[in-house]
Amino acid sequence: MALRPASVGVLLAATLPSPLAAHEGGSAAGLLSGLYHPISGLDHVLAMVAVGIWGAQLGSPAIWVLPVTFPMVMALGGMLGLLGLQIPGVEVAIGVSALILGLMVALERRPDLRVAAVLVGFFAIFHGFAHGAELPEGQSGLLYSIGFVAATGTLHVSGIGLGLIHRWEWGKSALRFTGAVIALAGAWFTWGALSG
Amino acid sequence: MIPFRLHAHLVSTGLGPMFDGIGHVVVTPQDLLPVIALALLAGLGGKSYGRRVLFVLPAAWLVGGLAGLAFGWSPPLATTGLSFLVLGGLVAADRPMSERTGVLLAVALGALHGQMNGVEMAAAGIGFTGLLGTVGALFVFVSLVTGLVVSLHRSWTRVAVRIAGSWIVAVGLLYLGWTLGGPLR
Repeated sequence: MALRPASVGVLLAATLPSPLAAHEGGSAAGLLSGLYHPISGLDHVLAMVAVGIWGAQLGSPAIWVLPVTFPMVMALGGMLGLLGLQIPGVEVAIGVSALILGLMVALERRPDLRVAAVLVGFFAIFHGFAHGAELPEGQSGLLYSIGFVAATGTLHVSGIGLGLIHRWEWGKSALRFTGAVIALAGAWFTWGALSG
Repeated sequence: MIPFRLHAHLVSTGLGPMFDGIGHVVVTPQDLLPVIALALLAGLGGKSYGRRVLFVLPAAWLVGGLAGLAFGWSPPLATTGLSFLVLGGLVAADRPMSERTGVLLAVALGALHGQMNGVEMAAAGIGFTGLLGTVGALFVFVSLVTGLVVSLHRSWTRVAVRIAGSWIVAVGLLYLGWTLGGPLR
């Protein structure tokens, strides 16, 4: 029986040693952990995307003020965690953040820019506190931080990109529906945090 | 009790101290991110400021590096985090700034990080030649980044630069947390 090229590839992949396995604690692993961490939790992903969509709905300057505010305040939350400070109710607050931000998108609320920035910043502290300091053992804290911030920022940009359909009527409806779905998921996360 | 930078973790290219010095700045985010922030800031400040930074930063880095080689003392690690915060914050804010202030920032960054580099390079045995490699790499790097930002004219591109500044601030805050409270990696 003749071997197909794909079969040969699978055999080689199975038998050759994996370089990744040999460098689990290396610097690149810190960067990859940081990049992966924000997208590994649905609560974090939905809240980040909601921030981007809401910014796009609000238009300039909120479209960039909110995504600029969030990573900085989020990192402040992470720093507080690293310094050993305790913040109660973190998981509940993260669930509530998806709920509230989803509602803002669903209802297309347009508060004063400062109010929106403070609201986003308030929730950012909890996201940073919960996720910013979860460094796997033996990896670089700085590279983890770079990956974590870049991935979170990319989620915001994704939300903004999604939010750009706001210029069309059907797009506005689609965004409001998306906001409602995020709010429902946020309610589910909050319920889970409260009951757990 | 405040941690200092590790001295023996320089990249080894196998091509000699000059290339080790060039490689050092490329693979050391503690140095690279503040330099990116300063280059972005210089680009936002316009051509004249950009040209000044292009020459002042490598010169200050060289002087700081020589001091580090000679005296063997470098500031605490946490000061690196402050570089992230100050320069990234200025990029994110994008406020008008006098060229004199901007040049002083380049001098401060070059002297501070150059001194740290000098100590590290003395410990790694690549000394002055390695320092020259780093300074040359900085010149090329700053000219590329600053030139790119100066050439940006659309408003959204300026916003993108500001967002990059906010990311550098965020990384700096976490880095300060790691160095002051978390396990030093």
